[in-house]
Amino acid sequence: MTVADFTFYLFALSVITGGLFTVASKNPVHSVLWLILAFLSAAGLFVLLGAEFVAMLLIIVYVGAVAVLFLFVVMMLDVDFAELKAEMAKYVPVAGLIGVVLLMQLTLAYGSWEFSDGIDQRLGNPAPPLDVAHNTQALGLILYDDYFLMFQISGLILLVAMVGAIVLTLRHRVDVKRQNPVAQMMRDPAQAMELKDVKPGQGL
Amino acid sequence: MLSADLAILTPEIVLSLFAMGGLMAAVYTSKDGLAAALTWGTALLFVIMAFYIGVTGAGARTAFDGMFVDDAFSRFAKITILLAAAGILAISQDYMSKTGLLRFEFPMLIVLAVVGMMIMVSAGDMLALYMGLELQSLALYVVASLRRDSVRSTEAGLKYFVLGALSSGLLLYGISLTYGFAGTTQFAGIIDAANGELSLGLLFGLVFILAGLAFKVSAAPFHMWTPDVYEGSPTPVTALFATAPKVAAMALFARVVHDAFGGVVGDWQQVVAFLAVVSMFLGAIAAIGQTDIKRLMAYSSISHMGFALMGLAAGTAVGVEAMLIYMAIYVAMNIGTFAFILTMERDGRHVTDISSLSAFASKEPGKAMALLVLMFSLAGVPPLLGFFGKYAVLAAAVEAEMVWLAIAGVIASVIGAFYYIRIVYLMYFGEAREGLDGRMGLATYIGLVAMALVIGLGWVPGINLFGIEGPAELAAAMLTR
Repeated sequence: MTVADFTFYLFALSVITGGLFTVASKNPVHSVLWLILAFLSAAGLFVLLGAEFVAMLLIIVYVGAVAVLFLFVVMMLDVDFAELKAEMAKYVPVAGLIGVVLLMQLTLAYGSWEFSDGIDQRLGNPAPPLDVAHNTQALGLILYDDYFLMFQISGLILLVAMVGAIVLTLRHRVDVKRQNPVAQMMRDPAQAMELKDVKPGQGL
Repeated sequence: MLSADLAILTPEIVLSLFAMGGLMAAVYTSKDGLAAALTWGTALLFVIMAFYIGVTGAGARTAFDGMFVDDAFSRFAKITILLAAAGILAISQDYMSKTGLLRFEFPMLIVLAVVGMMIMVSAGDMLALYMGLELQSLALYVVASLRRDSVRSTEAGLKYFVLGALSSGLLLYGISLTYGFAGTTQFAGIIDAANGELSLGLLFGLVFILAGLAFKVSAAPFHMWTPDVYEGSPTPVTALFATAPKVAAMALFARVVHDAFGGVVGDWQQVVAFLAVVSMFLGAIAAIGQTDIKRLMAYSSISHMGFALMGLAAGTAVGVEAMLIYMAIYVAMNIGTFAFILTMERDGRHVTDISSLSAFASKEPGKAMALLVLMFSLAGVPPLLGFFGKYAVLAAAVEAEMVWLAIAGVIASVIGAFYYIRIVYLMYFGEAREGLDGRMGLATYIGLVAMALVIGLGWVPGINLFGIEGPAELAAAMLTR
């Protein structure tokens, strides 16, 4: 067994362990921590494949942002996970049955997998060898040249997501005080303040 | 190279820029005060773009290495979509401003949804298909829950979102299986790979893709979201759901099965025929017990999608042509009917109860007549246009030697006629009681009357369905070449 093989099995095992405990652990915070382990190990697997860009992306986006977000949600929202789990338990038998059936069907589909004739000619945008272009460069070329249109449409989709979030949640309230920077800057101390000379014992 | 590609996408680019510009303009000026102007501007731009596409388009061009296809088929679908969306915006402006829903984001989201639909019908690649579909769906999820203070509207949006996400998952799963088999996401490549005996994996992929698309056209047995979403959404949004997105999804359906899987017609034909039969019967039977007209229209659209799918199930150019004609007529009927539904009002409140139509004819004979024409046409009574749509798909099915399918269609059509005619019966012979008292805005009135005239007179020799048969035939020939 070479070192690469050993590392592969190490990472693969920890992905599976992480995934298993994400589902199985009772404490939701532990679940998220196991999830982070699974992400990190998956990133290791990508590095073994030579896809270092995807590996870094996985760490930055999933571990750095998504998992932390999960952690916050889990800790801040008052969700009764025990009750949720009990609810889930009712569906386990049916879900398990459907899962087994689905697994059998997929085995059927993938077991007899065959590629179409001439797939090599059709294979769109095969990655160039590493000495021609490194990972990030190759991805950039494909994303910004070949898939320029898709990239722009994704931008539109994100715009819709943003507009949608604002439309559905933003409420303009009229009864709150708002900051007006211009008014603040134009404020003249001479007019804003008035000095009164109050005689002792008299008041204004 | 890039500029040549972009030139092909001119309508989509113009619309996207308009949406962004409109959003900016409204945010920086009077916000919702600009909403009415934006709505009319959008409707006008849609009509202009439809003319632009109709006048300048010629031949078949592809952009971005075949990801985007501009041919007679996509142009026919785009013009139908644009005109449908323009019609819906025109008839809904009155209702939206009356109910305080007229926010400037509404027309802009519709523009973005329409851009998504245009990309869908022009897709030459699974990726373009999916991106267009998501752009469309995401914008529609938002407008479905536009009335955010109403539980039913938010529920409609959420339901649509969750089930839409599920269907997108199915679709993506099918696409990835197809990609795994063919090695490409381009339709041109898939059609090379998929011919003769299909491998089991590709068959799985094909069925998953069909299931995902059936969700989007709300064909039974993937229809369960339709009645709830139709009922819960604001009525103008329901009107939109019933028209433009259905045309886009149906055109996409046709493009996938013919452009990508045209070599294995036998394999998808049975699936589509099954979807058609189940949708027609479910739509016809389940609608009978409905008391809410929006739910009724939901089942009606399920049933109509079944008929349109029957045209596709034929698997021939004639079938695609019949499907396109059917969809165009269906859109016209729905715009008219929803123009009426939008103005169903009692004491200033919008009502959707069918029983409120009782004895409506004695009060407003003109509007009742228009609705009668539309209802008879939806039922498929000759000589109204709805009959010609049904006739076209039935003829296509018979020609493709699927006589059993045609017979099933006729039976479902007869069952379905019951609930359309029940509305007419209520209007003319129902017992008089406190009914509708709404007043109709001018645009809505024009929408109702114009559509009733189109449907009622389109069959007259000399008008001949307004000449849509020629372009539809050309479009179908382009797709099934």
